[in-house]
Parts: sequence; structure tokens; C-alpha cells
Amino acid sequence: MALAIEAHDLTKTYGGSVRALDGISLTVQAGTIFGLLGPNGAGKSTTVRILSTLTRPDGGSARVAGVDVVADPVAVRRAIGVVGQRHGADREATGRENLTLQGEFYGITGADLRARVARALERFDLVDAADRKVMTYSGGMQRRLDVAMGLLHRPRVLFLDEPTTGLDPEARAEMWEEIQRLAEEEEMTILLTTHYLEEADRLASQLAIVDRGRIVVEGAPEELKSGLNGDTIEVELARDSALRAEAALAGVRGVESVRLDGTVLRARARDGAAAIPAVLAALDARGASARSVRLARPSLDEVYLRHAGRSFRGAGADIEEVAA
Amino acid sequence: MTAVRQTWQVTMRGVRVLIRQPAFLGITLTQPIIWLLLFGALFKAITRIPGFHGSYIDYLTPGIVVMLAVSSAGWTGMGLIEDINSGVTDRMLVSPVWRGALNAGSVLYAVLSVIIQTALILLLALALGAHFSSFGGVLVLVLVAALLAATFASFSNGIAAIARQRETLIGAVSFVLLPLTFLSSALMQRSLVPGWIQTVSDVNPVNWAVEAGRSAAMGSIGWGLVGVRLGLLAALALAAATFATRSFRSYQESL
Repeated sequence: MALAIEAHDLTKTYGGSVRALDGISLTVQAGTIFGLLGPNGAGKSTTVRILSTLTRPDGGSARVAGVDVVADPVAVRRAIGVVGQRHGADREATGRENLTLQGEFYGITGADLRARVARALERFDLVDAADRKVMTYSGGMQRRLDVAMGLLHRPRVLFLDEPTTGLDPEARAEMWEEIQRLAEEEEMTILLTTHYLEEADRLASQLAIVDRGRIVVEGAPEELKSGLNGDTIEVELARDSALRAEAALAGVRGVESVRLDGTVLRARARDGAAAIPAVLAALDARGASARSVRLARPSLDEVYLRHAGRSFRGAGADIEEVAA
Repeated sequence: MTAVRQTWQVTMRGVRVLIRQPAFLGITLTQPIIWLLLFGALFKAITRIPGFHGSYIDYLTPGIVVMLAVSSAGWTGMGLIEDINSGVTDRMLVSPVWRGALNAGSVLYAVLSVIIQTALILLLALALGAHFSSFGGVLVLVLVAALLAATFASFSNGIAAIARQRETLIGAVSFVLLPLTFLSSALMQRSLVPGWIQTVSDVNPVNWAVEAGRSAAMGSIGWGLVGVRLGLLAALALAAATFATRSFRSYQESL
């Protein structure tokens, strides 16, 4: 399959000392959704700025849609669409005017432009608001307009920089559907940055976790999660049987480690579903009664913890402290 | 062709806002109107100083037009700062739009506003009893104002792209406006000001504009001088546009 994005060893330093990118390499297959996941300040947005020709890398090279971003930025710009973190629309202008100006920037004019704008308004459910100033739009409507603008010229590669930040759950779910539809039906290549683990897990077929300007791990979400060696079996116990239960599980086949937090017992198993009967039998044999049993598949949270060496939330807070 | 078209589209952004709120143009005119009325009354006695020729309103009007051009166009960068902060500029920069259109479009809008404002101020001056030499002369005054507006609009965009803070731009515009005005013959006849101010005013573009505009519209100096001054102002407008384009580049480098 063709590569839509290839980046090799990108570096970028700000103000002579802040190393935003410390050697990022990634490849994205055409027609797939690639997730760039990491806390604020990890280097996701800088990567997008370089790949979308907004700024140049200090070192390394990148090709987008087969074109070098430094050597021929104009050709790259024609092939890409960008939906930035901030709203890119002119708030004093109407939705229709914003879309029209966007089209003009890509050399689309006349009847073709009018038709595309009309279709975009329809598709993103903005027909009624088309001739209202953007400043009257809700957050969800503005985001839809942003995406509509990014897609007007039918790009082959779409960059979505934190597309659902600040959206309410309903608007977020709608945005997810739209993103999935773009990749599936229009065979668009999408590079998505997010600091929502759930978003990356749900949308991306391939993802890279970025931390402090480096990619710490890369792979398909399922692959990354299986790499953690198994699932967690959570057993909630009656109060008096907790200690007995911990001892009971020590020798059970398939269970790799056991941890007790109060009355919740967490057993790690390579194949959780297969180990559950043996776990329940062992508990039963020692007379420990279980109130509930739950099988937890490993989350990206744990993947992040494992590879970045700190919890996702913790990393985000770190950065905010530094910034403050 | 695409470049011209895209520039015009960027200009139209501003024009549409103006058409929706024409009152805004009136608000921006309050200051020059006050100058015209206030300075006109305040300095009326200047005409009695030996060596001063003509009526003060005739003398003052071109000066006010030029001040108006500088102060009005000087705020152009505020729009750019807003665009940078809201993400509009970045969105434009990742499109294949001709780079120059971003500056040229907003400069053209500033020039159009100044032309409209100048026309209104000239009508007011006429009502106050100013005498213009000829219609052609008045057009030259408008052209001078337009060139100066283009210069300061580019200058303002350039500062905005580098500083990206309203406060800095407000400081820069205020810092430049009054000295450039008072170190020119906008308000006071050149022969009546101290020698050092005369020297400074020789290299002050605001003074080039004032003298060229006054000479053409009020008919007291030769057309040769007017031609040279127009050429200088056009060159300056180009230099300012180059400065703005470079500032855009340095903005992009800093991303």
C-alpha cells in the first residue's frame, strides 16, 4: 500500500533551548487513520505544523502525499486539508463566506465553488446557519464549519489537530462518526492528534504515543494492548474472605500476579477469559465468596504508563506545571 | 491573475464587515473631525504671524488628511493579531494561497477606508470654507493619502506579525503618529518652525505627503516636487510591503 505520510527523524527546537521534537519518525499508509497520542506539549502539534508546511523542521525530512514538505510546500498544501486546534473561521463573516474564501484560496471559483459550498453546508448540517455570522455559532457548529472548510477542496490527506477538544459528548460522538466515514468512504488518509486515549483507541488503526518530543511506542491499538501481557480479572470479595482469596490464587494456572486493594482482588492473566473458571474454582475451594467478577482488557492508559514510564494524567499535569 | 483575485477576496473580508456596520467608519472619523475643528479653532491666530500665507483651514486640511491616513491605516495590524490568535492566519498559511495576498489584501482594505474617510473629511473642510485649487489637485491629495496609508498598513502588519500583542502595536502606532505629525508641516508652516525640525521633516515621509498633497490640492508649490514626492512615497510603500512579507516569514519560522 502507498505511504501518505513519511517522516524521518524530525527535530525542532524553539528559542534555542526548548526541544519540541527530538527525532520523530512515522509512516502512515494511504487511506488509514493514524493517531498521534500524547499529553499537551508532547510534540503532537509541532509534528502537524511541520507536516502541514506551516513551519519547517530544524532537522530530518518528511514527505506528504509523496511530496517533500520543505522542497515543495505549495504542492503539499494542494494535497492536504488541515483542521487546527483553534477555530480557523473568521467570526465576523458568515459560514458561507468563510467556505467561499477558503475555496478561493485553493483556486476554486465560480459555479463549481458555489456548488461545493452548498454541498458542504448541507453535509455538515449548517444550511440554516449558512448566512449567519460565525460568532453566533455554538461550539459544535464552529467545529463542523472548521472541518467543512478543511475538506472543501477534497484533500487526499487530512490533518485533524485535537478535533474534539472542548466539544460536548454528543458533538464528539458525531465528529467521530464523521471522521470514520471520511476514512472508510472517501479513502482519505487522516492524521489525528489527540490527548483522549478513548478517541485514539476508537478511531485510529495505527497509533504512536508521543512523549517529550519522541515516539515512545507505535502500533495498532489492539497490538499495543496485547503487548502488555494480558488482561486483568477483577474480583470483588466479601470483606472477611479477602486475605484467604489472595492466597488461593497464588498457584492458579494462567494467573501471573495478584494484587489486593481492600476487597478488590486484581489478577493479571495472559488470557483472562480462559483463566476465569480456574480462578473461581480456586476461590470456591478456599471458601472465599466473590460478589462480582469483571474482566478488564488492558487500556491505552496502561500502555502509556508502561512506555512513557508515568501515567497519562500525570504526564499532562507535569507539562501544565512547567508551562505555568 | 490568481494573486490579484485572492488579494481582492481578502480585501472583501474587511469590506463586508464595513458594509454591515457603516457606522464604524463614522466612529473612526471622529478623531480627524475633532482635529479639523479643534486645531482649526485653536491655531487660527497663526495666520496673523508675519510670513504665514493664506487661510488656516486651507493650510490645515491636507495636514489632517495625512494624519488621518497614518492613524487609520496604522491600526491594520490589529486585525492580523486577531487572525493570528483565532487561527485564521494559520489556516490561510497551510492553503496554497499566494502569500502576498494576506498582506496586500488587508493593505488594500486600509487604503479603501482611507480614501472614503478622506473624501468625507474633504467635504467637511469644504463646508468649513476651504478652497481647493482643482479637482485633479484634490485627487493627488487622495493619492498621497492612499500611498501613505499603504505604507503604514504594511508597517502595522509587519509589527503585528512579529510582536503578536495588541499592546505592542498600540505603543508603536502611538509612538510614531504624533512625532511624525509634529515634525512635519502638517500644522505649521515650514518657514516658521525651528531649523532642526525643518531638517528632520526633510526625511519624514509624513511631511513628504503633507507638502505634496497641499501643493497639489491648494496649489502653492510646483508639480515637479509633487512628482518626486509621489515617487518617494510609492517606493516607501513597496519597502513597507517587503518588511511585512518578511515579518510573515519570521512569524512562520517561530511556529
